[in-house]
Amino acid sequence: MSEFLQQLINGLSLGAIYALIALGYTMVYGVLRFINFAHSDVFMVGAFIGYYVGRHLPEGTVWGGLIAMAAAMAGCAVLGIGIERLVYRPLRSGPTLNVLITAIGMSLFLEYSGQLVFGATPRAFPSIFPAKLIEVHGLIVSMNQVIVIVVAAVLMVALEFAVFKTKIGTAMRAVALNPKAAQLVGINIDVVISFTFGLGSALAGAGGVLYALNYPSIDPLMGLVPGLKAFVAAVLGGVGNIPGAALGALILGMVETFVDGSRWSTYKDAIAFATLIGILLFRPAGLLGRFTAEKV
Amino acid sequence: MLEVSELFVSYGAISALRGISLKVDHGSIVTLIGGNGAGKTTTLRTISGLLRPRSGTVTFLGENITQLPAHKIVARGIGHVPEGRMVFSNLTVNENLAMGAYLCKDKASIARDRDYVFGIFPRLRERLKQSAGTLSGGEQQMLAIGRALMGEPKLLMLDEPSLGIAPRLISTIFEKIVEINRDRKISILLVEQNANLALEISSHAYVLETGSLSMDGASADLRMNPQLKAAYLGGYKQPK
Repeated sequence: MSEFLQQLINGLSLGAIYALIALGYTMVYGVLRFINFAHSDVFMVGAFIGYYVGRHLPEGTVWGGLIAMAAAMAGCAVLGIGIERLVYRPLRSGPTLNVLITAIGMSLFLEYSGQLVFGATPRAFPSIFPAKLIEVHGLIVSMNQVIVIVVAAVLMVALEFAVFKTKIGTAMRAVALNPKAAQLVGINIDVVISFTFGLGSALAGAGGVLYALNYPSIDPLMGLVPGLKAFVAAVLGGVGNIPGAALGALILGMVETFVDGSRWSTYKDAIAFATLIGILLFRPAGLLGRFTAEKV
Repeated sequence: MLEVSELFVSYGAISALRGISLKVDHGSIVTLIGGNGAGKTTTLRTISGLLRPRSGTVTFLGENITQLPAHKIVARGIGHVPEGRMVFSNLTVNENLAMGAYLCKDKASIARDRDYVFGIFPRLRERLKQSAGTLSGGEQQMLAIGRALMGEPKLLMLDEPSLGIAPRLISTIFEKIVEINRDRKISILLVEQNANLALEISSHAYVLETGSLSMDGASADLRMNPQLKAAYLGGYKQPK
């Protein structure tokens, strides 16, 4: 029983990180109908910003950790908005495939620029938050796990508020539903798209720092695997659907952790993907996704 | 107030409009009629900035707005109720109306506009929390018109408001269009396939045929025009 609870917490914290990345994929897909493959590298840059800022702050304090995280979020938001503005926007009127291929190019560009700037050797991520083990009824929870879960939960509630209760968030949903009609009520689509990239990239930046807390060795290619998993999570939940991305990520995190703790641990990625295929066979649009007939 | 001159629009190699010129005077109702594929929707979309013309100009209140992006044209005072209504289906009626007032910062005037919309379409008030996709076709049309009114337009362009709507609601919607024009002094540019209805409420009409204007004149005259009767009004009994 206690092992089950232990794994549940481990799965929750892994799923929460996937969720932070998956939300960016799904929001961008929602408004632009393309997968931003460079998103996983924005996540990596977030971890590196956390690394450089964290080194100049006293270790093991809550405020120091929060400052490093805020810096990563702000830096990634600027990076995401910049990538969209300079790279994707000029191609927007063309076929989606062009942007998709450019996104792959952008991803490679960030990875190899990262190797040039940061170096290819992995670096040890500083323990920016207080490192402590908390024991509750035989259950061992690391302070980092608590922070991951709390921060992710707070950010997701904040996102929920931004998307469903604010004017710009409503405009974002309007653009996702019908960009033409959105323009006809006076919404500047460029502003909404920048907002979407900023929001998604900030979440990925936070995800990068949180991931590095739990797996404290960072390198320029670190975004590949978690990025792929988060993308899978977004598809699992129904790409374009915000609560779906969070749900998909939690399921994926759980499945992965539980398989990892069993004797089939070698196959954890295979089983995670088999889950995806299984769910998509029965729900082709993802768990919360819906196919809508496109009207001409 | 609106003047379109020598508009040429093409989709790739296919030309959709070949030199359209038209005028909407302040406070009037003008209609654009014609068959399927004549270019009516293309004309409206070019005026509201969703499409760019190859050549020609659109002048609104003395300003050349041909190259302005769509959201800036809305800000100048042109409201567009698009073909197929295009309400935001997953948003509630309330949120749809709020989006209609996207450019409006003044809370008091937003509240006034909402009251006005509920006054002409009381049905929308009852459906406030419902998502727009669950409304009937007629209610969606009311919402689309209401949403455009929330933007306080000086000119309202309506694209086929009778399309796909229960016949008994069509007359209601047309009465409301006349009411909006009369009470709010909003000029109307109406695109309609139901030529009889359109000629009945408008003062001036343009007839569009495969991308160019074939006729124009006072609506009352055009209703008596034998050519037009044969092409668009023939076989159609006037509703009593």
